[in-house]
Amino acid sequence: MRKYLVLGFWLVSSALVGQDIESIKLTDLQKILQSPSDKVLVINFWATWCAPCIKELPLLEKLHQENSHVQVLLVSMDYDLDSDVEKVVRFQNRKKLQAKVLFLTENDPNAWIDKIDKRWSGALPTTLVINTKTKKRELVQGELAEGQLEELIKKVNN
Amino acid sequence: MKTLVLSLILALFWAGAPIKEGYEVGDTAADFKLKNVDGKMVSLADFKNAKGFIVIFDCNTCPYSKAYNERIIALNKKYAAVGYPVITINANDDSKSSGDSFEEMVRIAKEKSYDFPYLVDESQSVAKVFGATNTPHVFVLTKDLKVAYIGAIDDSARKAEAVTKKYVETAVDELLAGKKVTTTKTKAIGCGIKWKSV
Repeated sequence: MRKYLVLGFWLVSSALVGQDIESIKLTDLQKILQSPSDKVLVINFWATWCAPCIKELPLLEKLHQENSHVQVLLVSMDYDLDSDVEKVVRFQNRKKLQAKVLFLTENDPNAWIDKIDKRWSGALPTTLVINTKTKKRELVQGELAEGQLEELIKKVNN
Repeated sequence: MKTLVLSLILALFWAGAPIKEGYEVGDTAADFKLKNVDGKMVSLADFKNAKGFIVIFDCNTCPYSKAYNERIIALNKKYAAVGYPVITINANDDSKSSGDSFEEMVRIAKEKSYDFPYLVDESQSVAKVFGATNTPHVFVLTKDLKVAYIGAIDDSARKAEAVTKKYVETAVDELLAGKKVTTTKTKAIGCGIKWKSV
């Protein structure tokens, strides 16, 4: 009985503290963007300092929890101002984020913003919705509106 | 019916989004008239002796604006004297970002002893015409208001010491030397301008 209690406690607490945050390079991100997957990719570029990013996070979390045909990735761009991942880990724990958080560790954004999407200005938040099989993709620059992600997923699946 | 209502709402949302136009390098910018932190109206035409301008869309609150604040002040110190004054413009909607109010602009300009204009683009029309998206977002203009450079100040927001490419300085130095600007456009991560919702 006690064993189960401990296990239960461990499961709950690990769910509460969220997952480890993986540091990735541009090439890793490009691989994710290009690998064919059965799921529609929703990649949100955000940062802990970005107020509109934090405001729209619940929409992405909701999508992650309710739609198993979609993979939500929250790519933190915090490195550009603060190379320590710790701030992002603390944020993830505080907000109990369930969607996967990635930490992009690249310098000189001018060298790679276009490699993610030529239309992207570099401003945050920005969200990419990709059907990796058909390569259809939609880019939203600025804060997401309620229902917008669902519309874009429909659009890339058409 | 539900879909129709949703599409209408989305259509309205998109219609309210900023028009994705703006200047490209080589375009001629239109002059503007905006209120400075001292209450006076400022136009580019007021700078009779300028050889060009370093126009920077900036704000009070963005961590990138804060990271670049000293570098912006230094740009004016270095280039105003040789004919390229810095003109900063805040276009953020202060109902979305209260720290970007005119009063706060006045306070910061005073605290940091700005010796260049810090203008408020309350209608956001100048930011839209220029095609500014981030803060800080730089447009280097020549005397006849030709756009010579659009983009970031340099290649390292985090640390001024780690900068290897001073994009704006290089562009202005080239213009001052009568040369063609080599890097005319760059991108940077940054805060999006806080547009008004319609």
